[in-house]
Amino acid sequence: MKTRTLAALAAAALAAGGAAAQQQPKSATQSIEEYRAMLADGNPAELFEAKGEELWKQKRGPKNASLEQCDLGKGPGVVKGAFVELPRWFADTGKVQDLESRLVTCMERLQGLNAAEIAKTPFGRGEMANVTALATWVAAESRGMPFNLPQSHAQEKVAYEVGKRIFFMRAGTHDFSCASCHGEEGKRIRLQDLPNLTKNPGDGVGFAAWPAYRVSNGQMWSMQLRLNDCYRQQRFPYPEFGSDALSALSTYLGVNARGAKSAAPTIKR
Amino acid sequence: MNRKMLALGAAVVGVAAVGCASMSPGPSTAELDKLTQEMVKASFRSQGIAKVERVTDIDETLRLCNAADVAGKQLDAATAKRLEEANLKTVKWPSDGKFLGDWKQGEQIAQSGRGLTWTDTANAANGGNCYNCHQISKEEISFGTIGPSLYNYGKLRGVTDPNSPAAKPIVEYTWGKIYNAKAYNACSNMPRAGHMGNLTEAQIKHVMALLLDPQSPVNK
Repeated sequence: MKTRTLAALAAAALAAGGAAAQQQPKSATQSIEEYRAMLADGNPAELFEAKGEELWKQKRGPKNASLEQCDLGKGPGVVKGAFVELPRWFADTGKVQDLESRLVTCMERLQGLNAAEIAKTPFGRGEMANVTALATWVAAESRGMPFNLPQSHAQEKVAYEVGKRIFFMRAGTHDFSCASCHGEEGKRIRLQDLPNLTKNPGDGVGFAAWPAYRVSNGQMWSMQLRLNDCYRQQRFPYPEFGSDALSALSTYLGVNARGAKSAAPTIKR
Repeated sequence: MNRKMLALGAAVVGVAAVGCASMSPGPSTAELDKLTQEMVKASFRSQGIAKVERVTDIDETLRLCNAADVAGKQLDAATAKRLEEANLKTVKWPSDGKFLGDWKQGEQIAQSGRGLTWTDTANAANGGNCYNCHQISKEEISFGTIGPSLYNYGKLRGVTDPNSPAAKPIVEYTWGKIYNAKAYNACSNMPRAGHMGNLTEAQIKHVMALLLDPQSPVNK
């Protein structure tokens, strides 16, 4: 799999280079766009989608149960449309939860798996890899649907306001906040374009693009991992998986993305 | 940990309840600020060299700039001036009076985005992360646009001899800006490379040379 992906990548890069040499000079952004379009055909995220669907239906854990009765916010077992309404308030946990932390709640309550242990498991390993696959499938079931996070519960409004404060929180050794990179339009880091996440950056961009398959490291990246790596690069301390701060931040991003059509799972450089 | 999370949940409910009881649109700014601090404290942990104090103990400059951003306003002029003066006082000028080092080493520092994350070790050399946000030399096409272009930085400012008295104001400003960018713009997006210990004095000299040495590709 890995060698095949690499070979395909090299071929795509060559093709992009060759095409660029023959035609008018292209901006780096245009070339990257073309490269992405070539990759989009046969997104390996589909493999994770398939794994996630299987895991959803499979009887597992100490209680030997499936996740088919999991309530992602639209009632037990309703998957379609759930992703574009998360994070949201859940009465049974008394918390605003995002997709991944909600899936872990279901894995504990329905299957008897240990939520705290899953939260501590590194990304890409063990049950955490399963959470990512499940999130990929659940997200894919809402592909093309517009984001419409609920803001009717008092705590959903609080989560938005707190998330906004976390988004603008300069800290760490570099005084960076999320807004340092994602607070204006038309900016980029190195050659990477940066969506303005204080408003709706458009369909399939920013919040509406994750989970995504990342070609550069051959991994499926959930939103929790995306935020985790942003914080690593901001030189922040480690954000706990499923923590209230991440749910609040995701609420801020998700509400701002209202109306944007979800493209997840996408493919990224 | 779990108990702390529960307490936090209770705090959220408490704040929400206050909002409902008074029929106000929700918790006050001060209540939300406090809740945010509690949530940040409970949600981040120390990992490797990235200690939790990096988010729980921020200075007044960051605190006031963050609050201004949340409110969607700029700092008032008097506060901005006060913070800039306080930050200027932290600038340590070169101990031997020499401002410029070697531009070739400066280019390497400008290229490097390494250091200070939770996956870095304490003894690894830090980079300057300069190209992440700035165009610098013309040869490097992979640069960011969050900061202004620094191509021809010295040339555009008329620096032909960085050691001349005429160049002194620009040389000192450039040092101060790299050392503590908030000395000139209180809520600048630019990291405080010297003040926060990201770059050593010797490294700042090398980056200075990259920007101001007439022999540097930046000024060609």
